Amino acid sequence: MSYMKTLLAGTAAIAIAGSAMAQDAETRVIGVSIPAATHGWAGGMNFHAQQAVERLEEVYPQLDFVLSTAPDAGTQVNDIEDMVATRNISALVVLPFESDPLTPPVQAVADSGVWVTVVDRGLSVPGIEDLYVAGDNTGFGRVSGEYMASKMPDGGNIVVLRGIPTTIDNERVAGFEEAIAGSGIEVIDMQHGNWNRDDSFNVMQDFLSKHPQIDAVWASDDDMAVGVLAAIEATDRTDVQFVLGGAGMKEMVQRVMNGDTMIPADVTYPPSMIATAIEMTAVGLTSTAPVSGTFTIGSVLITPENAEQFYYPDSPF
Amino acid sequence: MTTQTVTTRTPPPRRLPSMSVLGPILALVILVIVGALMNSSFLSAGNINNVLSRSAFIGIIAVGMTFVITAGGLDLSVGSMAAFIAGLMILVMNAALPSLGVGVPIILLGMAVALVAGILAGLLNGFFITTLGIEAFIVTLGSMGIYRSLVTWLADGGTLSLDFDLRTFYRPVYFDGILGIAWPIIVFAAVVIVGEILMSRTRFGRHCAATGSNAHVAHYSAVNVDRTRLATYAMLGLLVGVATIMYVPRLGSASASTGVLWELEAIAAVIIGGTVLKGGFGRVWGTVIGVLILGLIDNILNLTDLVSPYLNGAIQGVIIVLAVILQREAKAKG
Repeated sequence: MSYMKTLLAGTAAIAIAGSAMAQDAETRVIGVSIPAATHGWAGGMNFHAQQAVERLEEVYPQLDFVLSTAPDAGTQVNDIEDMVATRNISALVVLPFESDPLTPPVQAVADSGVWVTVVDRGLSVPGIEDLYVAGDNTGFGRVSGEYMASKMPDGGNIVVLRGIPTTIDNERVAGFEEAIAGSGIEVIDMQHGNWNRDDSFNVMQDFLSKHPQIDAVWASDDDMAVGVLAAIEATDRTDVQFVLGGAGMKEMVQRVMNGDTMIPADVTYPPSMIATAIEMTAVGLTSTAPVSGTFTIGSVLITPENAEQFYYPDSPF
Repeated sequence: MTTQTVTTRTPPPRRLPSMSVLGPILALVILVIVGALMNSSFLSAGNINNVLSRSAFIGIIAVGMTFVITAGGLDLSVGSMAAFIAGLMILVMNAALPSLGVGVPIILLGMAVALVAGILAGLLNGFFITTLGIEAFIVTLGSMGIYRSLVTWLADGGTLSLDFDLRTFYRPVYFDGILGIAWPIIVFAAVVIVGEILMSRTRFGRHCAATGSNAHVAHYSAVNVDRTRLATYAMLGLLVGVATIMYVPRLGSASASTGVLWELEAIAAVIIGGTVLKGGFGRVWGTVIGVLILGLIDNILNLTDLVSPYLNGAIQGVIIVLAVILQREAKAKG
């Protein structure tokens, strides 16, 4: 059904483009290609992309947007080829599904003179894109680790739930391990919860059976934190002091805001970085302000003091 | 009549019970011993309760799958169907909350929605397969995609969550039970007992086997092949509904990642248990062993540090294939 929405959005965009083109020959088109909303974070990213497109279409009458969402890398390549062939785009904002399969087609787009903005996941070959809006996975792990270390000055035993085995996950864990090195915190177990609530529930249940003393949990993701919390609630264990998730899901941000002791903080990996990329691309096309280069979105620690500014009640994530 | 048709086609597996029966049981026993040796908390009541409770979803679905496969069918849509029904149930319960309030009626409403939606979804699959004569693999591959997309759409790409008070009220359905045995285990056991009786003691069970063994012969033997098949899909849909009723109170949420690959786990459990993938012979108790084997592998891998977590999938694959080989070799020797 998400296809249908995309289709509708696409048709609407074409209709708008048609009428706009009649008025103004100088209309330029920005293509936005992102993965479909198959999990919480991607859902949030889709939401912010749509919001940004709606806002910018009003602000810049001379710009048109084509937004397409792809369920896999192959479809994303097709989407991008279609955009170039039929919409004559002046700029492409792409969040690659996977780096390797997307590199050659995006390179071809860049070679044809189209402005290319890459978001979050980089391409395999450096220097293709004009603007790179990057998420900082190592930084995400580091901020999480530093918070753990400050929260547990005397050290302690923690368990870690990892995501789907990918470079993203490896960078996060590496950043985390580096930050807790020498703090007295010991990672007594690590398993993949695959960024999935059910998987992390099972893993946490088994961790609780296996280890008599767990002081804290780095769930490394808010969806996984939900599963972890449910597993802890089902037992009468009181040894787990807190759970640190990540990404900034609105339910978790709300718990931080309310001063929940089990969820004392969260670390952002904002899905709204897609909006940053679209906005900057629009600025680049319509003004003389230079926007090329790399723009890294830092991961920020959400605490009860600043939680309000990270709370988006309308977002699905 | 039906027995005769089975006998004339191939020597029925029933002729060699001892060894083919031993295969899956042996695999399960070995797994339990390995688990107990590796970690002392493996056999603790808490751990056993955990493993059985979380295996119950796949288990309940796999019992239904046993009938579908025995009757010569297949259903790839059950995982997506469970996610969709869970999403629907949550939406309906949240919507009814202002009028019904937190209490037993709203839970019953949710359960009714799940069961009715399950039966309808199953009937729909069955209708396309039997009346329109489309290959089961294709029909259910299609509905798998449809239900998965529908739940993503309902959730707007995010997660559907049950109202917090409602979830607190509903929660005991997963976590509580009688005499320390959790409800999902009790429901799973009841489904298995009914399923086993249905499969081995009733005309419906014999019709399923006859249909799966040779549909033409079954037809000439006065078995209503289409109705039998339709009934197996409807029953599977109903059981998916039952599984969802047990699933929703656990985390109180449904999203696009709910129930991913449940269909393959259910099919694997059925085959490990000794049911023949191309149909004609099924046993419900074997499916239970298959479900337990799959559940225990995950549990043991989490409880031990011997294997890199990257290799979890490989270990599972090896044990699944071994369990089936054990069975086939035993059969050949027997």
